[in-house]
Amino acid sequence: MTPAIEVDSIRKSYASAVVLDGVSLTVPSGVYALLGPNGAGKTTFVNVLTTLLRPDGGTARICGVPLSQRRTVRRLISVTGQFAAVDELLTVTENLVVVARLLGLDAARARSRAAELVEAFDLGAVAHTLVRTLSGGTARRVDLAMSLVQRPAVLFLDEPTTGLDPASRRRLWADVRELATAGTTVLLTTQYLEEAEALADRIGVLAGGRIVAEGTAAELTAVVGGEEVVLTEADGTEVRTLTTDGTVAGLAAALDRLEPDTAALHVQLRRPTLEDAFTALTQHRTTSTEKEVAA
Amino acid sequence: MTTLTAPPARRGAGALRAAGVFVERSLRQNLRDGEALLMAVLLPVLLMLVFTYVFGGAIDPTGAYLSYVVPGIILTCAGFGASGVAVSVNRDVTTGAINRFRTMPIAGATVLVGHVVASLLRNLVATGLVIGVGVALGFRPDATPLEWVGAVGVVGLYILAITALFAFIGLVAGSPESANGYGFLLLFLPYASSAFVPVETMPSWLRGFSEHQPITPVIETIRGLLTGTEIGTAGPLALVWCVGVVLVAGLLVALTFPRRLRR
Repeated sequence: MTPAIEVDSIRKSYASAVVLDGVSLTVPSGVYALLGPNGAGKTTFVNVLTTLLRPDGGTARICGVPLSQRRTVRRLISVTGQFAAVDELLTVTENLVVVARLLGLDAARARSRAAELVEAFDLGAVAHTLVRTLSGGTARRVDLAMSLVQRPAVLFLDEPTTGLDPASRRRLWADVRELATAGTTVLLTTQYLEEAEALADRIGVLAGGRIVAEGTAAELTAVVGGEEVVLTEADGTEVRTLTTDGTVAGLAAALDRLEPDTAALHVQLRRPTLEDAFTALTQHRTTSTEKEVAA
Repeated sequence: MTTLTAPPARRGAGALRAAGVFVERSLRQNLRDGEALLMAVLLPVLLMLVFTYVFGGAIDPTGAYLSYVVPGIILTCAGFGASGVAVSVNRDVTTGAINRFRTMPIAGATVLVGHVVASLLRNLVATGLVIGVGVALGFRPDATPLEWVGAVGVVGLYILAITALFAFIGLVAGSPESANGYGFLLLFLPYASSAFVPVETMPSWLRGFSEHQPITPVIETIRGLLTGTEIGTAGPLALVWCVGVVLVAGLLVALTFPRRLRR
């Protein structure tokens, strides 16, 4: 089967900086999260894949269609950006009707499709409210509904929950999961690890314009090694951290190496989190030289 | 397990239908933007009252000033109203709406067609309002039906020129507020033309500017068509100016639009 998204060595630079330095990835289907700190190039990547920006080099295909066939690619995709691209001076229903009619539905079908989406996204109470009076979370849901007027083969979500409160975020997550179950491939960018962990089948870590690591949340976490033994004072202050391979022998060996004066300290075992992996992966590029010097 | 099915590719509306949807969208926005709408209605009425009852008596005690000033007020209101397109266009850029439309299977530039056509319609209505208020105050144009068509045509062309120019400003401006700021130019430029007083009454340094800036020939043409004053070379000059601005601004928009994104 043709993968939903195939990206091969996409490069994009602006006058002052290289933003994408040869990004390659393949998403057969499901949810893929592109995880990266601010300024990593996530939005530029989404803009390239959604035909808004031409890459300087490299190729990409959406459902087998090369990006250069913009018009055809646009039939297959929808985008919900970081900023709710909704029309503030129109009501929720009017926003949905505009998109439906632009997609070629006649006035009557556009209205009935808008009504279905209002129902599906639980927007009934605000259906005839001007979007500018809605909360950020609700506006973002309207934005997502607008992307789904006709279900796309591939949905791009650029930091869909940035700035949302936890309840709105959970709700949007539920919507995304439902979509993926129904067969839409989702490429999501985020700077939140828990979001990537909660939604994605695979995670790519973007840093310095490159994919520095890729895999499931578990695979990425394994990159940083096994367990950590943390020694603390009675009040919880960390005194030392030892890395082990997670076996009993490894733990015993680690404890054997300790000086006798540590006997009164409290001990605690900790598994590395995705956050540890993320920190290690994204900071490695900039600070590895300093670490080597310090060691 | 759920069967995973990729949905069929979407068709998208043709350019003409998309433009129609965008015109409707822009008109709806115009009606919703209460402050802009109030301004569009109040400005002609207030300007007309001020120039007729406050300044009119001093400028020409016989009361003939009204028929001199109506064309100027038509142009001031139409130009200022048309400058509002900068805000509509900029709003679409800054909210990212333009990004959405350009990732849909439609001709993305039709969103601008919507704003331009809506601006033309909205400001022609405003022009009708100015003429209506003028007539209520005693303005009696002696234009033949053909001259009326000509006058409306020139006003329409002027609105189109200002709209094209301000659509470009809206595309490049950093925010709706700054896009709005440039509109003031159109509120004041007519004062340095023959809109309110004949240019012969101005000091010579200003007269040079006033005689040669585009608003003067447009005013003279409309004034001639509506009240029978001498048009002379003003007619062709007005056409050249308006068509020239439409072409230059259109070119600038065509060059800017494909690169303008919400980032």
